[in-house]
Amino acid sequence: MSQTFHRSANTLARASILGMVLLLSAVGSALFKLQRSPYVTGQHIAPDQPVPFSHQHHVAGLGLDCRYCHTSVEQSSFAGIPPTKTCMNCHAQIWTNAALLEPVRNSFRTGESLQWTRVHDLPDFVYFNHSIHLNKGVGCESCHGRVDEMPLMYLENTLQMEWCLSCHREPEKFLRPRKEVFSMTYQQPSPEHAVEVGGTKYFSQEKLGAALKDMYHLRTMRDITSCSTCHR
Amino acid sequence: MALLGLAVVCVLSAAGCRQDMQDQPKFIPLRSNDFYADHRSARDPLPGTVPWTKTPLNEDVYFFSGKRGNAFGNDLPANIKFDRALLARGQDRYNIYCTPCHSVVGDGNGMIVQRGYRRPPSLHDPRLRNAPLGYFFDVMSNGLGAMPDYASQIKPEDRWAITAYIRALQLSQNARESDMAAQDKATPGPSDIRMPDTSATPQKPGAPATMPQGGKQ
Ligand code: HEC
Ligand code: HEC
Ligand code: HEC
Ligand code: HEC
Ligand code: HEC
Ligand code: HEC
Repeated sequence: MSQTFHRSANTLARASILGMVLLLSAVGSALFKLQRSPYVTGQHIAPDQPVPFSHQHHVAGLGLDCRYCHTSVEQSSFAGIPPTKTCMNCHAQIWTNAALLEPVRNSFRTGESLQWTRVHDLPDFVYFNHSIHLNKGVGCESCHGRVDEMPLMYLENTLQMEWCLSCHREPEKFLRPRKEVFSMTYQQPSPEHAVEVGGTKYFSQEKLGAALKDMYHLRTMRDITSCSTCHR
Repeated sequence: MALLGLAVVCVLSAAGCRQDMQDQPKFIPLRSNDFYADHRSARDPLPGTVPWTKTPLNEDVYFFSGKRGNAFGNDLPANIKFDRALLARGQDRYNIYCTPCHSVVGDGNGMIVQRGYRRPPSLHDPRLRNAPLGYFFDVMSNGLGAMPDYASQIKPEDRWAITAYIRALQLSQNARESDMAAQDKATPGPSDIRMPDTSATPQKPGAPATMPQGGKQ
């Protein structure tokens, strides 16, 4: 009886097993990468907006505080996008002829909402709350990046679960004094640069984080990484 | 190969099917929706709705208007306690909402004014130093001339805190040596800001004659 397969088929079979493993892991890691890529998360991509509103201009240039526009961020779950009236506080007199601002003026005249494109959008099955983060000493910058350097708003972080958890597992690495929460230029303490809280000077984030964790009564890591914290 | 294909299809379709729980048909703040003609999820209260607040609207007119009858009062409403915390809160809020135009010291040379906004009068103008507290509350609540109103951005409690802080700012910029406490004189430094005791001298009906034309007397 002649052989059905040539001898070389043995090598081929072995090679294809290996090939399969390689292919699967390649597909796997490609999906892994894809899932975290800007293509899926929208990270670092500024979507089109009805008005090219620049945080760089208004925050760094004019020194406006986040709360001038995002008024509810301290007391509620959502930060809120300012109504047209807030823009008109100033633009009733400034850049009154700029074509760029026509949608704002139109909205003010007609009472129709400006339709901003959401940049940060968690799935609806996730519960998120701004006020607790601010009150426990997490700065806007830790999540939104250097907003004062963004001519157009984009996503700084992926907002994926692993990102939330990377902080919930060790929040002490990110905590800052409450009065610095809105600052875009705050620097963590270092041997050359002390941060003062309640009369004590801290020279390392390790010490500061531990002290703030105590002071702001943070719950344990178990509590804030349990599924029902964010999925309720 | 078929298995692999199946696996890939499964993974890809799982990745593609996630939208149901992602975008649930519920209202969340500021989300647009097609049910209402104006596409807003956030609804205005129906006409005639009576607000439920800690201080009922009709019982504490002064708290919500800064006025008794037709005259501005020169004291804080009963439910606002004057203390350091109030001044600190006022300073905080003033720095957020007022400094863009009035500047940190209140001289009216804020950043937005430098970019072309109409220049407001200095808060240390004698006319404004003599204006009753209720007047400042009213300007914030209703605006005045080129000054926009802040009723939707600042809660009434906070408007009163800002009012108290403005008075403190006015006093601090015009302090005389005799205002300083003895220990501060010995070691010059920021002295405690004290408020004039307004409760002892009942306000005459009607605001001072120096009231700006914008004020409704
Ligand atoms: C002059 C008003 C104004 C100020 C001040 C301001 N913002 Fe905004 N912000 C807006 C407007 C309008 C939008 C919506 C348009 C956009 O996304 O660019 C927005 C959007 C955002 C978004 C994205 C929202 C989304 O769609 O997901 C973030 C995050 C944000 N702001 C953070 C900040 C932070 C942090 C500060 C303070 C450093 C700040 N903003 C100060 C007006 C303001
Ligand atoms: C506190 C005052 C203030 C508020 C509130 C404000 N702006 Fe501005 N805005 C300015 C000033 C001042 C400039 C001119 C910038 C300059 O001269 O550097 C400006 C410039 C702009 C420009 C021109 C392009 C640019 O970035 O220079 C746009 C567009 C704009 N604003 C949109 C908005 C929108 C939309 C809002 C409401 C969410 C808003 N602004 C709220 C003060 C304000
Ligand atoms: C712990 C991380 C975190 C911090 C700190 C944080 N944000 Fe956010 N922010 C988010 C997330 C996540 C979203 C998306 C929320 C959603 O989709 O429901 C968001 C959304 C927003 C939005 C869009 C509107 C809204 O409310 O959903 C604005 C505006 C905003 N943030 C401003 C701010 C400002 C201003 C600060 C600081 C005062 C701040 N954020 C601090 C994570 C954070
Ligand atoms: C930079 C750090 C940091 C990041 C990033 C972060 N958090 Fe938090 N989060 C905290 C801290 C600190 C607390 C307060 C924990 C406590 O109270 O002990 C907290 C608390 C919470 C709570 C508890 C609220 C409550 O009322 O019990 C929720 C929900 C939450 N975070 C959701 C999220 C979600 C969702 C994300 C990602 C989109 C996220 N957080 C990202 C630091 C962070
Ligand atoms: C700190 C907040 C937080 C905690 C704690 C948390 N999650 Fe999540 N989870 C998220 C966020 C944010 C997302 C959305 C991620 C995205 O948009 O890709 C998510 C998404 C998911 C998804 C859907 C993934 C997808 O791609 O659709 C599952 C399933 C999930 N979480 C399960 C869990 C389980 C199980 C636990 C407990 C072990 C848990 N989560 C704890 C924040 C959290
Ligand atoms: C966008 C710029 C701007 C901001 C922000 C602003 N103001 Fe003004 N304010 C003005 C201008 C302009 C005037 C002069 C109004 C006029 O005479 O037409 C004024 C006038 C005033 C006056 C004097 C009224 C009089 O009798 O002359 C007071 C008091 C005042 N503002 C208080 C405040 C307080 C308190 C805040 C913060 C909550 C604030 N303003 C924020 C622009 C501003």
